[in-house]
Amino acid sequence: MRWNELGKFIIIALAIIGGFCVYIQPLSNSIKQGLDLQGGTHVVLQAVDTPELKVDDDAVNRSVKIIERRVNELGLTEPVIQRQGKDRIIVELPGVKDPEKAIAMLGRTAMLNFKDMDGNTVLTGSDLKDARAQIINGGQAVVALEFNEEGGKKFANLTARNIGRQIAIVLDGDVLTAPVVQEAITGGHAQISGSHSVEEAEHLAILLRSGSLPVKIEVLENRTVGPTLGQDSKEASMKAFGIGVAGVFVFMLLFYRLAGVVADVALLLYVMLLLLVMRYLGAVLTLPGIAGIILSVGMAVDANVLIFERFKEEIRHGKTLRSAMDAGFGRAIITIFDSNITTLMAAAVLFYLGTGPIRGFAVTLALGVVLSMFTAVTVTKYLLRFLIYSKLTENPIMYGTSTSKFNTTKEVQK
Amino acid sequence: MFSIVRNYKIFFTITILFLIVGFSSMVIKGFNMGIDFTGGSIMDLNFKNPVTVSEVRDVLKEHKLGNSIIQLESVEGSDRASGVLIRTGVIEEDVRRAVMADMKQELGEYQIQRVEQVGATIGGELIQQAVMAIVLSWILMIIYITMRFEFRFAIAAIIALIIDVSVTLSYFSLLHVEMDSSFVAALLTVVGYSINGTIVIFDRIREGLKVHRRSESLSDMIDGCIWSTMTRSCYTVGTSLFAVVSIFLWGGETIRNFSFAMLVGFSSGAYTSIFLAGPMWLFLRGKKAGE
Repeated sequence: MRWNELGKFIIIALAIIGGFCVYIQPLSNSIKQGLDLQGGTHVVLQAVDTPELKVDDDAVNRSVKIIERRVNELGLTEPVIQRQGKDRIIVELPGVKDPEKAIAMLGRTAMLNFKDMDGNTVLTGSDLKDARAQIINGGQAVVALEFNEEGGKKFANLTARNIGRQIAIVLDGDVLTAPVVQEAITGGHAQISGSHSVEEAEHLAILLRSGSLPVKIEVLENRTVGPTLGQDSKEASMKAFGIGVAGVFVFMLLFYRLAGVVADVALLLYVMLLLLVMRYLGAVLTLPGIAGIILSVGMAVDANVLIFERFKEEIRHGKTLRSAMDAGFGRAIITIFDSNITTLMAAAVLFYLGTGPIRGFAVTLALGVVLSMFTAVTVTKYLLRFLIYSKLTENPIMYGTSTSKFNTTKEVQK
Repeated sequence: MFSIVRNYKIFFTITILFLIVGFSSMVIKGFNMGIDFTGGSIMDLNFKNPVTVSEVRDVLKEHKLGNSIIQLESVEGSDRASGVLIRTGVIEEDVRRAVMADMKQELGEYQIQRVEQVGATIGGELIQQAVMAIVLSWILMIIYITMRFEFRFAIAAIIALIIDVSVTLSYFSLLHVEMDSSFVAALLTVVGYSINGTIVIFDRIREGLKVHRRSESLSDMIDGCIWSTMTRSCYTVGTSLFAVVSIFLWGGETIRNFSFAMLVGFSSGAYTSIFLAGPMWLFLRGKKAGE
């Protein structure tokens, strides 16, 4: 028995288990949850007739699209946007910090006009190609506009005709800025200054990018509601998820004994790291995200099973614990690497091409695969090495083999 | 040792027969699209005595509407509330009236704030996007597996994946299980899971090829590889199925279809990896079983 190695093993294992017991609760509570798990704000918008603009089916459908774009641009995870009845739109937003601001933005008409001194509208929002918030010299927040081809011409024309005079950029009747034209601007770019903060410029850019609503929209009501998954189902599935994970832990202990302890400790560390990274990145947990976690836990366990099965094979071929461990890791790591890289590539594609639930799934899966490669391979390897080098037991049965060391020679296969 | 390669006919026949049934069902019966895709109706009720989600769900269950979306107005520190939003799929007027009558009988008086039709929350775009993403990820997988293994391994692995996706879709069509927005995520999980299993077996075959003697038939070598990874396959399938089954059984009504998709897909993934992927690779090499 070498106490030095055993001590290292026990200290690291206890640190991980202790850390898990203490931090898992606060850590999992600190992860933001989506509409399906946590609930959020339920907003009902009403399209109303104005003398100029009448509400019709097409206008409501187009409004749904534009509002959807606005919500997505705000970066809210997996919202619900749904047409209700003839002239209403339901928007459900996951827990936002400042719902009032977000809600106010959804209903803005966002009609942009460029006017000359005589009050004639020369350009509108439909002449825009893009709008982005920027910070220019001196830390001032502005919205940089890019016109489409026709808009560029109109703007060049407007500025050429009004040198030395004021033009006005107007949103929904409010003058945003009224600069004096210094020279003709022909590049198809312009800037709206006058935003008070970066956030304000950001919101203005989103409104301009997503286009103006075809009809007037009013906020009918908003209230806080529970998870779409249902509080009852949410509680039940958390319990079921716990049972499932506990089963996996017990399974590893039963089949791999001491090695199973090592795998379980690594799995605890994995869960903690995953939550920590998710929290650090501000990721939002939703049901598809949980699917990604289930898959990555499965792959983490699989990595350990692969390693331990190789290890058992090497023992059966008559190797000592130490060399069996080295050979087992050396060989299994190639398999694990290939299967994990394949999965990681798929996750990357899903992340770049997907939105909403597809993206939520891709994020947790990719994080899970990367982290599990670290815990299930590296951490397991070191812990197992300490344990074997400590000579706590020389009996391979304690590492999950069905044959003890002393009769392996008789049972060597092939 | 039972030869999987030599008995390939059994497995190929089972798979093909099942897929014929599945595809016919998809064409004839189609799919049972959930409320996320079809829309339905929303009921906004205000109960005199605060209710819980599970009480409301129990009433809906009697009318086979157990997986409706039920949201309570949030009340700090309580799981009861007066305001309840219920979204069901498309239902007949008389069903809705029966539900509302039962609700009054079992949960007490309530006021109707609004009852209206609601549209779909996910359009064809999400499905299109998912299909595009999956296909592109398959192309990347083919490239990677070709680089690390060879082209025929890549093709066999992707065929196995296509079968898994088809089997899952078949079950949903045959049993008329409702598909909701989480189905897409479940299907993606199935793809990730299945490729993992196939790669593990192909990795063994790749290793086996290095020490493969001409005197030994390729079929026997593949069989050896499949059997030497069988413990791993069983353990991995066992643990992941255990987790999924527990969610399926105890996870509650709204999550059942989601776990069902994974249950079917994981089983199929294990089956195709073990029984189909190896023989398919052999045939792609232009060999017959036994050679």
